This record gives sequence, structure tokens and C-alpha cells, in this order.
Amino acid sequence: MLKARVIPCLDVKDGRVVKGVNFVNLVDAGDPVEAAKAYDAAGADELCFLDITASHEGRDTIYDVVRRTAEACFMPLTVGGGVRTVEDIRKLLIAGADKVSINTAAVKNPEFIREAAEKFGAQCIVVSIDAKQVNAPGEPERFEIFTHGGRTETGIDAVDFARKAVELGAGELLVTSMDRDGTRLGFNIALTRAIADAVPVPVIASGGVGTLDHMVEGVRDGHATAVLAASIFHFGTHTIRETKTHMAANGIPMRLDA
Amino acid sequence: MLIAIIDYGSGNLRSAEKAFEHAARAHARAPQVRVTADPDVVAAADRIVLPGVGAFADCSRGLKAVDGMAEALIEAVEIKGRPFFGICVGMQLMASRGLEFETTEGFGWIPGDVTAITPDDPALKIPHMGWNTITVTRDHPVLHGLDTGPDGLHAYFVHSYHLAASDPAHVLATTDYGGTITAIVGRDTMIGTQFHPEKSQRLGLELIANFLDWTP
Repeated sequence: MLKARVIPCLDVKDGRVVKGVNFVNLVDAGDPVEAAKAYDAAGADELCFLDITASHEGRDTIYDVVRRTAEACFMPLTVGGGVRTVEDIRKLLIAGADKVSINTAAVKNPEFIREAAEKFGAQCIVVSIDAKQVNAPGEPERFEIFTHGGRTETGIDAVDFARKAVELGAGELLVTSMDRDGTRLGFNIALTRAIADAVPVPVIASGGVGTLDHMVEGVRDGHATAVLAASIFHFGTHTIRETKTHMAANGIPMRLDA
Repeated sequence: MLIAIIDYGSGNLRSAEKAFEHAARAHARAPQVRVTADPDVVAAADRIVLPGVGAFADCSRGLKAVDGMAEALIEAVEIKGRPFFGICVGMQLMASRGLEFETTEGFGWIPGDVTAITPDDPALKIPHMGWNTITVTRDHPVLHGLDTGPDGLHAYFVHSYHLAASDPAHVLATTDYGGTITAIVGRDTMIGTQFHPEKSQRLGLELIANFLDWTP
């Protein structure tokens, strides 16, 4: 039976983990590769690096991070942040990434999704959808896409965009609720479910995890097949194993052998 | 022992290389792992690995675009009987035909078509993406000692098509995703996995180690 996936996500800037990872026995908590190894050993189902390097010159650091991670971790790795061209994708895949997530570039130019999927296969193209709930209370639910880390409003309907992204070749969608990100109030379940029920491909729920019950809700109520979180793991609030055991205890099929 | 991982512009070659190197380090014969687009290296190799991600037709075209590679591979596998390991689309290319987007000829080593997965539960997502257990359907040396079955170790799958083998004897293991899906095929000196052993942690690394030990 296919298991739900738990994916820790690391923000990487200029080759370093931004928030640090609060694990004991980590030689260098700021080294993404050290953190990746720790998560690999802890039973993470996949890893995600989000490169938030602003400068063009700093971009090359992510390739080195991915290369070193691929040498040590034999599990799937997704890399996102600043992926704008087919060449960016090619370099990440050659370095050892298995999937790339495309965000702003996909919104600006949806044809880029098609180009990427045709070149590298739908299975490695994750389209990252950052959305906020925009309806007033009591009105029908409506979600809109935001880009540039949630700062730029686009007016694009998130569910419509999700359908279009999949038609163009996205093999998976990473759905982040920008109104919940960083709040620890839990995923925006309405958003996650609206998109998951609208598309045939797997959806990763992201943004807002504060408790282990939130992880359960993402799969059970949001219909996601994977849940992504950052700070809950990095700050040592919960381990990957605790998370997976808790989800399994709540009836979600989990991989507990790692 | 020289292990050639064929580079034809498809896939996560570095991951495959590192996983084989990892398994090779623990191996008594200390095999050398080479990622190569050179048919002469493939011809000289003791073991051959064909990775592959993306669409069947693209991979087939990519392989044919490397001058002399398909011929070197066919000679090494069919005539010299060198142990061969196909991964994901590399495994699917062992089939007679791929039906993804267009009909494309495969090597025909495992008779059958590569067809779309159609889970009996329409709520199941396609691609079949993530960790699943495998069930061994036929004993084989590369599977010895592996902890398989519904409570066993997991393998990492990501695919929308699978190899529907005409002869059940060629299917070594299956997985379940709203129906039975081919997970491992094998015949003579060849094996192929639909999942990614290089991404499957312990199960994958043990399988690769078994492949290196295997003397068909």
C-alpha cells in the first residue's frame, strides 16, 4: 500500500540553512547537507530545499549543496526557489535533485511548465502554488495565487491555476497556504482540499503546521498525499518519527521502517 | 569489475552513480562505477545499468541518439550475457513496446507492453508517487535477504505507466496501487525495477548489493 509522505523543508540561502536546525549531535547546524543527513536517518520520506538566495552569484551554491546531499542521502530530493529556465532544471537534476519545484516562473509563463515537463518528464516537475483565501467571511470560498513569497497579488484563481498546471504537465503540486504560513495554526484545509479534489496528481500540503494533528488533517481532511513542514522539525518540537507514528495512530498509512 | 551506468541524457545519473558506489564500497570485489556515454565502455563493462526518467519515447530517442549505444547494449546483454539492471524507464525499455504518447519499440527482452496505470479506485492519484511495499512473486538471487511483503521495507516509486509482462514468469515482484503493478522483472542475466533503488534507502541499497554479487 502506498504511504503518505512527511517532507521536511529547509530554507537555504547562499548555501546555508537559514533558520538552523535544532538537532543534537549536528556538527554544523547551518550546513544543509548535515541537516539532510539527519532527516534521512530520522525517516523523512523526502527532502525539500527551498533556495532563497537573492543574488544571481549566490545561485551556484545550491548546486554544491545538492551534489553533496546526493552523495549521502538515498532518498528523493526536491529543490525549489528561483527555478526559471530549462537550464536551471537541468543543472539541478544533474547535481542530484529528483524533482524541481517551479513557482513564480510558472505563474508568469505557464508554458514553462509544459516546456519543463516535455523535457524532463512530468514526474520531476512540481508546481508550487502559494495561495491566500480572499473571500470575505460567509462568502463562497475563493483562493488566489500570490508570488514573490506571498507579497505579490496576481488575481489568479488558485484552483483554476492548479488545473491548468496539471494539464500543462505538472506531476505534483505543492500547495502552500500563505495566510497560514508561519502561524502554526495548521494548513488551510479548505484550500488544500479544493485543489487536491480538482486535480488527478498528488498534492503536498504546506504552510502553517504547529501540531502533529495538523499533519493528520492535511491528509485526512485536505486530501493531500504528502505533508511538508519546516519549523516544527527544525526547532526540535517534534521528530519525524513522532510525526509518522502519530499519523499512523490516526489511521493514515505511513512508512515506519526507516 | 567495471559497472557502466549509461548516460543518454535521461535522469538522475548522479543519484544512481552514488548509490552504486555506496553498494560497491561494501563489496569484496570493489567494483568501479562509471557513468558513460561511450559504447566502448559499455562493451567492456562487466555489469550494465540503464537508468531513465521521463517518457518512454523520449528515453528511447535519447538512447538511439548516442551513436552505437543501443548496439553495444544489445550485444553486451543478448550475446555476451552481461548482467543488466534497468531502472524505472530503463526497466520499461526492456519491454516490447511503450504506449506512452505514441507507440515506441523497446528492446523486447521482457515481452509485453508498457501501459498506463489505471487504479480501480478513481481517487488514487497518478503518478503513483511515494513509498510502497513490494511482494515477491518469484524467487531470484537479487531478492535474497530482502525484507519484502506488506510489512516489509518500502521502495520509492514515481511512474504513471508500468510494464505489463506477457509471461508472468518474467515478473519477480509486484506492488499494489488500486491493482497489481509490476515492480521487478527479470530474465536470464537481466533485471529491472520500476521503482528507484537509488532512492529507496535500505531496500534499494541491499538490492543493488545483491545485483553486484549475482553471478548468473
